[in-house]
Amino acid sequence: MAFFILRRFGVMILTALCLTFVVFFLTNLAPNLEKLAKTQGNARMSDAEVVSWLDRNGYGGLLAMRYGEWLGMVPGWVRLDEPTGQWRGRCLDAGDTPETAPRFCGLLQGDLGHSTVSDDEVANIIGGRLALTGILMFWAFAVIVPSALLVGVLAGMREGSRTDRVLSTFSIGTTATPEYVSGVIFIVLLASSQTGISPLLVQWGWLDSGTLFLGSARSAMDGPNFWNFTLPVMTIAFYGMGYIARMTRASMAEVMTAQYIRTARLKGVSFRNIVLKHALRNALIAPFTVIMLQFPWLLTGVVIVETLFNYNGFGWTLVQAASNNDIELLLACSVVAVFVVLVTQLISDIGYVYLNPRIRIS
Amino acid sequence: MEPLSWSGEIGLFLNPIMLAAVIVFAAAFVVNIALSLGGMRPGEMVINADHSLSLQRGPVDYSLMTMRYAVLVFLLVCIGHIISGVVLDDPQRTGIIGAMAARLTPVWIGLVVLFALSIAFKRRLGLYGKLFDSPIGMTGFGLVMFWIFAAIFVQSIAPHGPIDVISQMRNELPGSVLPDPREGQYVYYLLGGDNLGRCVFSRMVYGAFEVLKIAPLATMFAFMVGITLGVPAGYFGGKLDVGVTFVANLVLAFPVILLFYLLVTPEIVAAGIPNYLSMVLFLFPILFLVILFNSRYRTQPSLRNVIVAVCVGVGGMAYLSLISNASDPELPRLFRLWPEALDLFDVPGNLLIVFVSVVFVNSPTVFRIVRGIVLDIKTRDYVAAAQTRGEGAWYIMLWEILPNARGPLIVDFCLRIGYTTILLGTLGFFGLGVSPESPDWGSTINEGRRLLTIYPHPALPPALALMSLVLGLNLLADGLREESLKD
Repeated sequence: MAFFILRRFGVMILTALCLTFVVFFLTNLAPNLEKLAKTQGNARMSDAEVVSWLDRNGYGGLLAMRYGEWLGMVPGWVRLDEPTGQWRGRCLDAGDTPETAPRFCGLLQGDLGHSTVSDDEVANIIGGRLALTGILMFWAFAVIVPSALLVGVLAGMREGSRTDRVLSTFSIGTTATPEYVSGVIFIVLLASSQTGISPLLVQWGWLDSGTLFLGSARSAMDGPNFWNFTLPVMTIAFYGMGYIARMTRASMAEVMTAQYIRTARLKGVSFRNIVLKHALRNALIAPFTVIMLQFPWLLTGVVIVETLFNYNGFGWTLVQAASNNDIELLLACSVVAVFVVLVTQLISDIGYVYLNPRIRIS
Repeated sequence: MEPLSWSGEIGLFLNPIMLAAVIVFAAAFVVNIALSLGGMRPGEMVINADHSLSLQRGPVDYSLMTMRYAVLVFLLVCIGHIISGVVLDDPQRTGIIGAMAARLTPVWIGLVVLFALSIAFKRRLGLYGKLFDSPIGMTGFGLVMFWIFAAIFVQSIAPHGPIDVISQMRNELPGSVLPDPREGQYVYYLLGGDNLGRCVFSRMVYGAFEVLKIAPLATMFAFMVGITLGVPAGYFGGKLDVGVTFVANLVLAFPVILLFYLLVTPEIVAAGIPNYLSMVLFLFPILFLVILFNSRYRTQPSLRNVIVAVCVGVGGMAYLSLISNASDPELPRLFRLWPEALDLFDVPGNLLIVFVSVVFVNSPTVFRIVRGIVLDIKTRDYVAAAQTRGEGAWYIMLWEILPNARGPLIVDFCLRIGYTTILLGTLGFFGLGVSPESPDWGSTINEGRRLLTIYPHPALPPALALMSLVLGLNLLADGLREESLKD
């Protein structure tokens, strides 16, 4: 088992290195750097000026070396600025000299660099944003997991029954409704003062004024509550749950045809006890993997929902960083995203082995 | 002229029936749930003394029957709306719904003909025919074909052009009348105008054309790539398998949205990355076809040479025309080498990028599926028999294993077109789509969402259209899976 985890861990590190290098390469292409130079320096720079600006600001060297610097494996660049006589460098704050500053500053040292657009340390920006997204993800999962498991188990316990057909069609329906569609429909139905059910409720006197839910989650960043946070959570959960429900259904249906269930039936165990005591635990092994692997999928959903509902979390930051050519911030975002994906894969692998006694890795 | 109402004069008669059906359905549903929770079961078959069977109907059965009839009435009313719209062809009397039904006449004709022919000959049509045994599969197929016909007949369905702007019609409500229509111009904006004053209904129909132009083709390319890599990886195993699987996992570990943002920005396009990617990805279909025919006709060299030459010639011509564009000075030199005279067609840069990134995202998943199926099938006896006969490895892979993997692959193909449609919508939603003017559904949703709470009508039709197409594809896949498992 230890060897298995070790090997998975090794592959994971290699994957992370490859992926971050690809992102680094794609964000540091010549046109990106040229655009950066022109936005940071002067919009009407000549090509030679662009080259010299890039060189002065540490974007000049070999790509591999710069990747090493960013990673913290290669000493950060330092350069004496001729006109002002000040030292400049990757690891240097204003007024530092190469002697006082650390030699390495990169991902390994916990330094994510400097955001060129918002003029702040990337670590400061991304920490708060991640916390906001964490809240969103937590509530989304708190909705998805119980409802998906319930739908899946109810549908799978009597395969082919009317309940099964209705619930399966429902879960197919949710998988066909991506976030940007369900979000739009929810806003129109529940959060518009012109259409949907809010005007009706006001007319009937069940609602004082305004709308049933709020169509923007901007105020949820200070304090999420039922009114402003329901729609984003519901939108993520709606698309995410269908797939888990279908997997749970398949796994439950398979378990219900197993020999030991038939034995229990023949012994006269009640249907309720068969489902709750005999089938459920075995049926939930496969959905566990699916739920863990759903994290990366939710990441895309989070980006869409945060953009749609104006919630300034991680996904919103990613979109902003990508559209503003904020290289270091985008790199940090992708590190977080890649990290989430790989860690959930690792957990799902190890968890599967632990949960399923039929798999033994020597 | 008066602005149109939703259902017109016909609605005065049909709407109450529809409402009654809905209310009856809801009531019966509540009653049914209550009875089931109360422990009542549907009636059972009883064997009479004379050995005949009779069904003892209980309250649960009656509530279910009521629900069924309510749905039937509802569907009949819907068909009534369509027929009255097509037959009367008078928007003032049939309302917006009837007018839309009238515009969609070619689609109805196509659907009726297709379904009539298919059901008449369903026993002779193999798996496709069996689809018409399952109501779910039929519903899905109907939805998909609705949009396919809409895309085919887009010119005659859409009353206005996709980018025809009439500025007075900005954000006008559904059924509005044009201010001063020209001779022969359709005088209504059936689903209203968007924030620039374009016809929402026409853009929705043109959106179907845009989406169905890209999604199936991109999925097909992804399948070619996935199959060309997945079959040998599963069959040979070993280092090849480890290597390709690692690369596929790399792409899979990339969050899709980040990948899109990295691939579809103008800077990346300027660096020519999509062209290099397309250079690699589009090589696979040619490679696939050449290997396919070479392994089959290896023993008849003259025939083989002709087929392979045709594949390489036609495929290579299309390939070079596709990736290179001599007239675009922005591109790297490599893509401007192919002479303009032999360049059959130029694909606009943006379209190529969207296409390539969708193929790129989809192919690792296809690879994984194909590899899994091949690992399973290669232990079968007929593979061992072919190996004993001394068939070449590629022949076994492509002519013994692949045809036997077609069931799950066809099902996955349907699902994946739906997923590709969602991906294209995502791209459009973030403004990374084909072009800002493009009427594809993702972009229209993106434009409509800004004023969503005040004017919901520009964003809602494309959203529902996208949902119905993907739902149709998913239901179709489900029906196909069910029917293919039956034999």
